[in-house]
Amino acid sequence: MPTTVPAHGNDAAGRLTELADVTASDSALRRFLHGLPGVDAVGLEARAASLGTRSIKTTAKAYAIDLAISMIDLTTLEGADTPGKVRALAAKAVNPDPTDRTTPRTAAVCVYPDMVATAKAALTGTDVKVASVATAFPAGRAALPVKLADTRDAIAAGADEIDMVIDRGAFLAGRYMDVFEEIRAVKAECADKARLKVIFETGELSTYDNIRRASWIGMLAGADFIKTSTGKVAVNATPSNTLLMLEAVRDFRALTGVQVGVKPAGGIRTTKDAVKFLVLVNETVGEDWLDNHWFRFGASSLLNDLLMQRQKLSTGRYSGPDYVTVD
Amino acid sequence: MSFTYAPAPESRSVVDIAPSYGLFIDGEFTEATGGKVFKTVSPSSEEVLSEVAHGSAEDVDRAVKAARKAFEKWSALPGSERAKYLFRIARIIQERSRELAVLETLDNGKPIKETRDADLPLVAAHFFYYAGWADKLDHAGYGANPRPLGVAGQVIPWNFPLLMLAWKIAPALATGNTVVLKPAETTPLSALFFADICRQAGLPKGVVNIVTGDGTTGAALVAHEGVNKVAFTGSTAVGKAIARTVAGSDKKLTLELGGKGANIVFDDAPIDQAVEGIVQGIFFNQGQVCCAGSRLLVQESIQDELLDSLKRRLSTLRLGDPLDKNTDIGAINSAEQLARITELADSGEAEGAERWAPACELPSAGYWFAPTLFTNVTQAHRIAREEIFGPVLSVLSFRTPDEAVAKANNSQYGLSAGIWTEKGSRMLAVASKLRAGVVWANTFNKFDPTSPFGGFKESGFGREGGRHGLEAYLDV
Repeated sequence: MPTTVPAHGNDAAGRLTELADVTASDSALRRFLHGLPGVDAVGLEARAASLGTRSIKTTAKAYAIDLAISMIDLTTLEGADTPGKVRALAAKAVNPDPTDRTTPRTAAVCVYPDMVATAKAALTGTDVKVASVATAFPAGRAALPVKLADTRDAIAAGADEIDMVIDRGAFLAGRYMDVFEEIRAVKAECADKARLKVIFETGELSTYDNIRRASWIGMLAGADFIKTSTGKVAVNATPSNTLLMLEAVRDFRALTGVQVGVKPAGGIRTTKDAVKFLVLVNETVGEDWLDNHWFRFGASSLLNDLLMQRQKLSTGRYSGPDYVTVD
Repeated sequence: MSFTYAPAPESRSVVDIAPSYGLFIDGEFTEATGGKVFKTVSPSSEEVLSEVAHGSAEDVDRAVKAARKAFEKWSALPGSERAKYLFRIARIIQERSRELAVLETLDNGKPIKETRDADLPLVAAHFFYYAGWADKLDHAGYGANPRPLGVAGQVIPWNFPLLMLAWKIAPALATGNTVVLKPAETTPLSALFFADICRQAGLPKGVVNIVTGDGTTGAALVAHEGVNKVAFTGSTAVGKAIARTVAGSDKKLTLELGGKGANIVFDDAPIDQAVEGIVQGIFFNQGQVCCAGSRLLVQESIQDELLDSLKRRLSTLRLGDPLDKNTDIGAINSAEQLARITELADSGEAEGAERWAPACELPSAGYWFAPTLFTNVTQAHRIAREEIFGPVLSVLSFRTPDEAVAKANNSQYGLSAGIWTEKGSRMLAVASKLRAGVVWANTFNKFDPTSPFGGFKESGFGREGGRHGLEAYLDV
């Protein structure tokens, strides 16, 4: 019989310490990640599809639409972005529907680091956050000091949230520890100044097992949010990969007591889609995550569809694209 | 504020239920001899839906004679002609699927989600599948020109009224037999609607006859000397009685009886999907499924973790109005069935197993039973041995694959089993040792017309579905 037994029980700190062992070495981390329960793709997709058949109507739909609007990271990530475009986006985030002032604000605007100052200035005095994609977004192909400088710049310009991409090359090559260390370094840069969202680019990780492992690396390294994708590849957020990440944050909280947010991004364009994602949240992790502090949509075109559906609910008639602002 | 789903009821105006129904004999609806009737009620509300004729031995005789007469012409038709009728029936079922789904939900109590997304698509698929076989019987592996048996007497249960009808009628007609079918006493309506579909499809008179009634009607059908083939799906006790009746005659017999399926979860299973599979295995159709995974065998090393996940998942199940599109758990089929489930569940507690059910409010009218799981169950408990046929899961544990196989097989039944593991070699090794007609791997309760279904031991004999399902209706 061993004289000491490993710390068990419900105290979160003890459990985090225990988990620290799994990141003590490359091989320990590998063993831990490969020891996570597997994901059966057919079963996962069937579950996501069956939740997609929930029928959301009347008061539930009105609630879901307002909740979805309040969870949006209104995003512009184009090479052609200008200060004018960013200011327009900020105005829309604060006042999404000029015809109806009861419309909730979006959670944040999400821009490239060089636009953070512009966005911050435009949002002064509001509770809308500024998120910035740093760390050589979207490819992440730069040296760590460059990524850290990118992050530092964004925070110095006023970013409240940093959306970082992981090094998919390192992940796919099996260098999990490098991925972990990089996230930890960026998290250290964020410290208590900005919340960190870690983007896996799930479309490039290709398998569900990889997505679950990446989720755990992110959470172990201190991510405040785990995020599906950049929106720049063919396959972005799907109900299945979001369901999988929700299961991961649920399991992580059960083990450590630490709650991590989830952000599906890219490809969510309609109210119907957004509501399906909210059903996933509701039935997988529940109310604790039904709040824009813990769940976000990375989307730009979704907002207008939500606004049109909102107008439909209040007037009983469908409007059209001319009844919402283009940006 | 919380995300509470608003009611989303399916409209019942799509189905028009007549105040009374007769027997369907020789292409016509007729009164029962003696005029006896019985009521069919909606299990979720106890509302009387309709009055249905109670067929007597005389009515059964009329129906068998009609089927006998029709057999001469029907069996002489080229297979391709019979296929035309079956394809037509399949298409009409698809066209009327919403109506039939609502009807089935009203009469049976199961959620509209299941009738709409599982039952009806499978019903149509079975007719399409066997329609495809009708002109290819020479190539089914039973020699050239296999002959039909004659009149098939078929008795079906109340858990999947229309699907069991399809499993019975589609292969019988495809192979050239004619049919007298007795639907369950509590769920006769969809079979009577099917009679109407036969007329709509222009099916020759007497090829399909539906005689409603109770156990005495079924017994008369099984015993009738003009019946060449008996097919029964239902309880093991009734199956044994039928086997005794048929013994010594030259009637062919197939039986699909009870089950106590083992769902085996190894420590390397995909846990989140296994939890879904366990839920699907035992709470699908309120557990009123003969192949339900009602015994959960979980590897001891992951038992606590799995049970935590399972309990959390059960707490999200939505029980209530079966016509609501968001309902996961509907009503129990009858007061009698509810009493049986209640009695068995109580015996579990009395014998020392630990009972758990999520906090959920049961509607005041109708027959309801909360999804329930029992831990600390042993092989010696009644709830581990007897078929409960309700939403009650018994959880047992094991330590090695051999022990899992031994416990899974230690049952008088052998209809279904499930294996959950990420390791392919283990899956195949365990599956080959299980004495069960169907073994699902990393899934549960998946049905397809191309796949044969049937039991070992007291779960019955004969196969339905697939090429194998033809054999029961051919003289081979």
